[in-house]
Formats: sequence, C-alpha cells, structure tokens
Amino acid sequence: MSSTFLGMPAAPPRSPYGTGNLRGDRKFPKAASGELRNEQLRRNLGKATRSIRAKRLAVTGELPDWERLRDAGSAIKTETMNRLPELLEQLERKVTEHGGTVHWARDGVEANEIVTRLVKETGSDEVIKVKSMATQEIGLNEHLDTQGVTAYETDLAELIVQLAHDKPSHILVPAIHRNRDEVRDIFRREIPGVDPDLDSVPAHLAAAARAYLREKFMTTPVAVSGANFGIAETGTLSVVESEGNGRMCLTMPRTLITVMGIEKVLPRYRDLEVFLQLLPRSSTGERMNPYTSMWTGVTPGDGPQEFHLVLLDNGRTAALADRIGREALNCIRCSACLNVCPVYERAGGHAYGSTYPGPIGAVLTPQLAGMHEAKGDPNSSLPYASSLCGACFDACPVKIDIPSLLVELRHQHTERSGVTAEKLAMRTAAAVMKRPKLFTAAQKAAGAGRVLAGRDGTFSHLPPPFDSWSDSRDTPAPPKQTFRSWLASAEGAATLRAAAEEGVPAPGPTGAAGPHDPEEQR
Amino acid sequence: MNARETVLGRVRDALALSGTPEVSVPRAYRTGRTLPDEERLALFVDRLVDYRARVHPCTADRTAAVVAGVLRERGARRVGVPAGLDPAWLGAYDGEVREDSADVPAPALDALDAVVTASAVSCAETGTIFLDGSPGQGRRALSLVPDLHVCVVDLSSVTVGVPEAVARLVPERPTTLISGPSATSDIELERVEGVHGPRTLDVVIRTDV
Repeated sequence: MSSTFLGMPAAPPRSPYGTGNLRGDRKFPKAASGELRNEQLRRNLGKATRSIRAKRLAVTGELPDWERLRDAGSAIKTETMNRLPELLEQLERKVTEHGGTVHWARDGVEANEIVTRLVKETGSDEVIKVKSMATQEIGLNEHLDTQGVTAYETDLAELIVQLAHDKPSHILVPAIHRNRDEVRDIFRREIPGVDPDLDSVPAHLAAAARAYLREKFMTTPVAVSGANFGIAETGTLSVVESEGNGRMCLTMPRTLITVMGIEKVLPRYRDLEVFLQLLPRSSTGERMNPYTSMWTGVTPGDGPQEFHLVLLDNGRTAALADRIGREALNCIRCSACLNVCPVYERAGGHAYGSTYPGPIGAVLTPQLAGMHEAKGDPNSSLPYASSLCGACFDACPVKIDIPSLLVELRHQHTERSGVTAEKLAMRTAAAVMKRPKLFTAAQKAAGAGRVLAGRDGTFSHLPPPFDSWSDSRDTPAPPKQTFRSWLASAEGAATLRAAAEEGVPAPGPTGAAGPHDPEEQR
Repeated sequence: MNARETVLGRVRDALALSGTPEVSVPRAYRTGRTLPDEERLALFVDRLVDYRARVHPCTADRTAAVVAGVLRERGARRVGVPAGLDPAWLGAYDGEVREDSADVPAPALDALDAVVTASAVSCAETGTIFLDGSPGQGRRALSLVPDLHVCVVDLSSVTVGVPEAVARLVPERPTTLISGPSATSDIELERVEGVHGPRTLDVVIRTDV
C-alpha cells in the first residue's frame, strides 16, 4: 500500500521462477514434436475433442440468448477486475462473519505452506482433494508429499493421472489423453485389492473408483478444494462438478481448506445466474453439470465445522498490470478453447508444459510466470503455439480475445529479444526490397537454391541461423521464374495485351509495376 | 507488510498501471420468464429424463403411495429422512425409517439404502433441483451418502430458467444443485451415470402443489 501513497505503482512480481507447475522443461515445438508422434494420443484426443465440440454446439445453440449471456459474463469479469481490491476485502469480511478464516498468499510457495500448516493442525497425515487448477498450479500435492502428508485426488480423471504418476493434459478432463484400455491397465496395476478381471467398460471403471475412494471420504478429516466462484456480496463459495466427489470433500470432513485465485471473485450473488449457464454448457456441453455446491462460511450441524479460504496471487497481479493481457484473468476454466483448437487437438496438453494448456494456457502461463525469466525460457514459445485461427475467441463464454492476446505477447517477446537472426533477416530483406536492381539480382540468386529443395518443392530444414524459422515451418523453394521477370517477358507482355483487349485496364502509373519500378518500365 | 497488505497493494498497483476500462453489465439475457404448468412440467421432465433420472408426476394425495412404490421397487429396506419431512409421505412405506440428526456421524449414513427429501426450488430448462438445508431437506451429507435419493418436488417451486431459480435462493444457506444422478465423462468423454453421489435419482413431482 505504501507504493500507492507514493503515487508510483510498482510492477507486481510473477510467480517465482522454479516453483509450481507453470513452466515446462522444453519449448513448445520440441515438446509437441514428441507428442505428435504418439498415434494413440492423437486418436484419443481427436475422438474426445470431436465429441465434446458437438455437445457444446448443441447446448449453446438451443439458448436464443447465448450471445447476450456471453456479453454479460464478459462485462461482469471486467467489472470484477476493476473493483478487485474492494471485492476481495468484502469477500474476506463476509467469509469471516460466517465463521470462516481467510488467509492471503503472495505466491504458490506461501499458499503451500499455509495449507500444510492447516492440515497438520488437524492432526491428519492424509487429505482428500477436489480437482482444483489452483492447487495443481502451485504443486500442492508434491509439497504435501515432502511434508509427510498424502493427498488423494478424488476426481476420476485426476485419480487416473495420479495413479499413473502422470501429468494432467486438459483443464476439465485431465486424463483426456488416456483411453479406456489404458485406464483399465492403470487401475489394475495401482488400486490395491481391485478385481484383477476388471474390464474397460467406463461404468465398471467408475465403479472401481467409487469403491476405492468410499472409505477415504468416510474417514479423512480434512479436504482441500479450489473454487469456481467466490461471491463478494455474501461470502458464498462455489464448486461445480459431476461425480459427487466434490460434494463428498466439501461435506464429509471436519475441516475444509479452499484455495482460490484472487481473480475468481464475483461481485454479486445474482451473477451466478449468468455463470451457471455459461460454464456447464461451455465445458462439458451439458445443460447443467450434475452437482454444484455453494456454501457460506460454516453452517452449524451441516458439513465442515472449520473453514479456511486461501486467497492466492502467484502472478495474477502481474497479469492484471498488463492493459491487454489482463483479459486472460477473466477465464472461468471451462476449456472450450482447448476443445476447438487445431493445435491443442494435435499436440495435446503436455506440450504446453504448464497446468494451463491450450489457447488460454498460451496466454495465461507467460503472464503468471513470465517468459523471459531465464535464457531460452520455454514459456517464450507459448504465444507462438497457435495458428491465430480465432476459433478460441468464438468459443470463449466470456469473450476473451485470445488471438489478440497472443499477438500482443509475441510483440512483447520480440521487443525483449534484442537482435535475432530473424530480425536481421527482415532488416536485410527490407533494405534489398527498397532497391529494385538489387532485389531482381537477389531473386535470381535465390532461384538457384531450387536445386537444394526436397521433392515436394519445400525446404524442411534450413541451416543456422535460419533453423529456428524452419523448425516449425516448411519453406517453399523459390520458383524457376519470378512474377516480375515473367511480367517483363514476351509472354507476360502478350498476356497483358490480351487482357487490355478484353477490357481489363493495363497497369498505369499507379499500377502494380508502376512507380516502384521505374527503371524496368522504361 | 503482511501478505494481505502486499497482495492488496499489488492489486492497486496493477490497476494503476493498466487502468480501469469503463464497463456496465448488460443483462439483456432472458429473465423473469413464466410458462403454464403443463409446459413447465413437460420441460422439466424432458430434462430430468435426459439425465437418466426417473420421474414420477402425481397429485399430492398420491405422494405416500408413489414414494412407497419407488422404495419398494428399488428394494430399499432402511430409509433416512431429514427432520421436518412430512411424516405422511412415508405413511405407506413398510420398511425402517430413520430420522437424521446432527449427532449421527455422517459415515453412519452409509448404512442407509435410500433417503427421501423435499426440495427448495427447481429449474425446468436445466433439469436442476436445489436443496438448501431447510426443514424436510436435511444436512448435505444425508442426501449425498445413500445410493438412492428420492426427491419430492412441488410443481409450484419449478421455475423456467436459471435466473428465476437463483432469485429464489437464500445465499447464506448451504445449497446443493442436483441435475440427475452423479455422473462422469472422464473416460473418453463418454457420460456414465453413477460415481460417488447417489447412483439413482427418483423425482416425485407433485403437480397440484
């Protein structure tokens, strides 16, 4: 607050480098090329994203006011960010009034310490967990493990990921990269006492998970959850889910610890009427998800009698400080943008290296954790993991203009990168293009490069320093004859004459070959 | 500076740097909708059936017979009820009825075959039933742990859309939204009914209340 009094706002810090799960160990193109070779993964992803896309279109199409709901959702989130300080203070006051305790965490490290301390105070060395992006982001399970506390993920997909010692690859369906046979094999191998003849029928796999977790729900005294929404006006927290594992964790234990990103607050209870329509239809493609729980502090005789809310920054304020990038904080984690993204559908979620994959991950991750934090920071490749086709923008229930955010991050990246081979090449090209004779000579020289191209007329690998360009694109070989030399030839002249006779105007002083090329004209 | 002051200070700094774009919330989406009883009932039933819930429309005088029929058909021998539930609703049931109270440890609810509750509000367009812990609905664990939930809904409490339903809620009450039996789509995005919550949901809709 002192900085506010001085009238000199300081840029808030990113999530500390080297903590949590907001950075992979390789750049996106390297990571993706491995994933792309995994045919099983591509089949699983293709099938799953196709099916969810069809469902989403059906249930969003049946609401005549869908676009008006999106407009409202977008505006409510923008209002929320504008009023964030007062809304957070109001939320804190309301939760406290209703018997809850509010904690603040500057970053993931601090949040992990707070949660660990609260779990230990209950005397338990086990904790049950509702699927939560925030706790995945800060690496809570790994931290609890080092402190002798075992965390049990209770969402089916999270359980699959945890039992397989794997990483989530999707915001909503973390095990989307696994098919039913793989899940059966994981369950047979990892669930103690499971039926050795368990088959791969999804209903039977779900039943196996039910049996495995039942006892945990009945006996574990403390649970950790995330939150989809926190209502400032009333202090009400909300978790949206399907299986009932959320209800179990939010109801059965004596102590509940909820970790919520500060951007998840909503101003009014009434705002739920918008988000309870936008979120389920966008995420699972259902009119409503099977279960939503809403609670306000502690209710005597019903559910946990001790409630802690941990409000997490971890780079969110750094994102908020960016005039354009702050829009990414409006995300409600529905994952519609992943399901429509041609890049995500092929590369899968692991290639992004972050808890947040896909289009929204490509804009959110660099803003939370930075993209110039070390030499060759893998996050610097994320804004380029897109064809800018815009499908994500169309699908987003709160209208986040992800393509524009990607372009802005690319801009920030090139501004920061200093003189690169690409920049030099562009500068040289500009100089050459300004001088027609030199340009013609350069084109002729480039034409000679044809012989080096592959059979399909493209270069798939260029020598350094151009390899970073060719790593992710094919470069077409220069043509035998350039357009300009064709135009100047007898054939070109004849074609132009014929066109003129048919009534197509010949290039005049303002035409294509006009003032830019006075020498050749003469 | 403690963490609270630091985070709030950062938020203020961030907003000073990025500015606060002017915005007003356009609520041009549909609110305050109404539909005649038959249409509301038809819409609600259609959505519940889509979730594979079983639906039993009846008049109020048939409540006890319908509830008993459902419990018998499902083979439920021990049924939990919340305090405040109209005792007449279980009047035709011949199994054991246990009234829940806060001193019953929640894990003990696992011994129940079924639970019968009332409901606060419902939303026809999404097939959603809202429980809020009022008398007749019980604490949250009661409608969660048993594998069969028989829920009685009065048609007068069924709204058309989500905004109309949310407007009827009391925010401070612990509220559970139920749209069909528990389900998952986590394996190949194929919906499977029945995971940790009640695997069977029977909805008794009283059309004249």
